[in-house]
Amino acid sequence: MSTSSLFVTLAVLIAVAYVLGRGRSMALADHSQRGFRNLNSLPFYYGMLTALWCGIPSLLLVALWLMLDGNAIDQLLIAQLPGEVAALSHAELGLVLNNIKNLALGNMVGANPEPYMVEAASTLTALQRSSQMAMTVAAISVAMVLSIIAWLRINPQQKARLQVETAFKVILLACASLAILTTIGIVFSVIFESLQFFKTVPVSDFLFGLQWSPQMAIRADQVGSSGAFGVIPLFVGTLLISLIAMIVAVPAGLMSAIYLSEYASSRVRSMVKPALEVLAGIPTVVYGFFAALTVAPFVRDSGVWAFEFLGLPMQISSESALAAGLVMGIMIIPFVSSLSDDVITAVPQSMRDGSLGLGATKSETIKQVVIPAALPGIVGGILLAVSRAIGETMIVVMAAGLAANLTANPLDTVTTVTVQIVTLLVGDQEFDSPKTLSAFALGLVLFVVTLALNYVALHVVRKYREQYE
Amino acid sequence: MTELNAVAQATIAQAVETPAAAAASSASYETVGQPFLDSGAKMSMRDVDVFYGDKQAIFNVGLDIGQNEVLAMIGPSGCGKSTFLRCLNRMNDTIDICRVTGQLQLEGQNIYDPKLDVVPLRARVGMVFQKPNPFPKSIYDNVAYGPRIHGLVSRRAELDEVVETSLRKASLWEEVKDRLHAPGTGLSGGQQQRLCIARTIAVSPEVILMDEPCSALDPIATAKIEELIAELSENFTIAIVTHSMQQAARVSHRTAYFHLGKLIEVNDTEKVFTNPDHELTEAYITGRFG
Ligand SMILES: Nc1ncnc2c1ncn2[C@@H]1O[C@H](COP(=O)(O)OP(=O)(O)OP(=O)(O)O)[C@@H](O)[C@H]1O
Ligand SMILES: [Mg+2]
Repeated sequence: MSTSSLFVTLAVLIAVAYVLGRGRSMALADHSQRGFRNLNSLPFYYGMLTALWCGIPSLLLVALWLMLDGNAIDQLLIAQLPGEVAALSHAELGLVLNNIKNLALGNMVGANPEPYMVEAASTLTALQRSSQMAMTVAAISVAMVLSIIAWLRINPQQKARLQVETAFKVILLACASLAILTTIGIVFSVIFESLQFFKTVPVSDFLFGLQWSPQMAIRADQVGSSGAFGVIPLFVGTLLISLIAMIVAVPAGLMSAIYLSEYASSRVRSMVKPALEVLAGIPTVVYGFFAALTVAPFVRDSGVWAFEFLGLPMQISSESALAAGLVMGIMIIPFVSSLSDDVITAVPQSMRDGSLGLGATKSETIKQVVIPAALPGIVGGILLAVSRAIGETMIVVMAAGLAANLTANPLDTVTTVTVQIVTLLVGDQEFDSPKTLSAFALGLVLFVVTLALNYVALHVVRKYREQYE
Repeated sequence: MTELNAVAQATIAQAVETPAAAAASSASYETVGQPFLDSGAKMSMRDVDVFYGDKQAIFNVGLDIGQNEVLAMIGPSGCGKSTFLRCLNRMNDTIDICRVTGQLQLEGQNIYDPKLDVVPLRARVGMVFQKPNPFPKSIYDNVAYGPRIHGLVSRRAELDEVVETSLRKASLWEEVKDRLHAPGTGLSGGQQQRLCIARTIAVSPEVILMDEPCSALDPIATAKIEELIAELSENFTIAIVTHSMQQAARVSHRTAYFHLGKLIEVNDTEKVFTNPDHELTEAYITGRFG
């Protein structure tokens, strides 16, 4: 039976187990009274308990089997191969195994495969078939046996509800840990690769170097630069673009939040708010080409015009930090506005009443009472938006260029940390050259920075929450 | 001839209906007692109707509030006391669906005049709310808030003085004089309420509206605020909504009883609590409902 039809079979079994478990508990109910008073739990829970016993262990078994059988079969296969082939190095052995697998799938491998390969291929097919068979039998019998035991154990005193609740708690916990474990995995892989990188490039050179040009001679005889891995220009570029973005997004977002929460009628609000949120749903690559094709040329043209007007001899590139920052700012507006809108709305009406009752106007109330009261939350929202800006890549790739200039001129082309990570890793790369590894170091630094920002932001937001609840 | 008869019969029918039934069934009704003053009315309201959307919350209320008087408003929950109180300084403007009709005057000036600016009106008719709502600022800034926005002082020394006298009048000065720059939200509930009263006094209003100012307070804090109301009535006109009949009896000169959006009876406080004119009032104060 194929794996997918095995899953279907198990699903059917689970459903049957549910129905039978529920049915048995109902049959056990004392029908001289109304309802199910003599049962410890509602029939639903007995059904669920039987279904869980049927489903969880068998699914775990299948998962484990699928994870392990590839390796086990490989080992069995290698044991079968002729001695001189089995003695090959690890990499060559992998190649041979690959060929055998292709052969088993019916693909052509060279002109005429060696006889031992043909033999191995048929062994492989047989092994795979019996593994599949064994898995099917094992899973279905585990499911049936356990659900029958669970079914037999159903009795009115059984605390089915508690057991089901506990089971669900464990399942939820497992899902939550999946996300956490993934994060931890990512962090460790980044840290590990970064340590590799710092073996070749000192940490101080990396953190305080003023030059970024990661091109390195890959072979000894190649002409090329030796590479410079100073991260400062990238961070300056990132900060410059994020700063421009925030200069656009903070006032626009905050003011639209104030308008929406304080002035707009409910009709206007119900139209404008979703429209603003659409901005957040636009894929960043779309913003990217908007920046590259519309905003960047506009910035360049108006810059050229302005400098001509002033009679200054200035070069303006068609890619600029300003264009990328402006568009990124627009992208972030909905973040700032919807988070600020939430915290402004959360300021209790009694606070506004107090101020209005003293004869303050609406704008005085907003400026002097509402905004100060909401400020921690607004700051939290802005910090989250900043970390979003720092992590943004697409717009910068398209509109700000790739040159790692150390400059504060917004009309110059700059690059950011994320963009460099992308350019370092795309294309054919050697995965142990400092050039590639530096991407991990950049990732680590970026991760630390955004983590710190998020931590501060969450902390601020939480403190704010406590204030009003 | 038949028409006249019909009118006469209707009049008779109305007259024989009990006042309770009349108040509950028809929109036009008589408020018993003395809702109006012959002279010295600080605020006077006539034919006030208030609607929330289509729902009418106040029916044809007429009432005067005298200079330096403490008027208590009592009545079962939901009868419209807060709604009526909030009309007096147009706080109802903040509720979109709320509509007020009728004449409401402050010293003869129509407060619902479309040309009237609510800012000076609210400076003249201040409000203290049910739940203490100090701003998340320092104690000093809370009290200084009103004088600052109205430009009542020009120098820091003057502001200090206003803050001090307001806190003294609200009998809070002794408790907070050493921590004027601590946040107002850090005070106890009773202190916060007195802070809110000080904040209102600092604008030197002529009328102070209080909506259940003691409902969140313990008996000691309540006693302090009641004492305060008695002192304040020397300088201010006060309208207070309360659910405590003892409180109404202790602090007020006249008491108005509201029922289902109608003003049933207004009389001297003593009379309302000893010998009310209306049976609904009597039922309420003797605790038969409400
Ligand atoms: N914002 C509003 N929107 C719609 N209806 C309202 C609103 N505020 C009050 N009402 C209605 O108006 C009527 C009077 O309410 P109001 O708050 O004035 O009562 P109250 O006498 O102050 O009651 P309580 O003693 O419980 O404070 C009630 O029926 C209430 O449901
Ligand atoms: Mg009320």
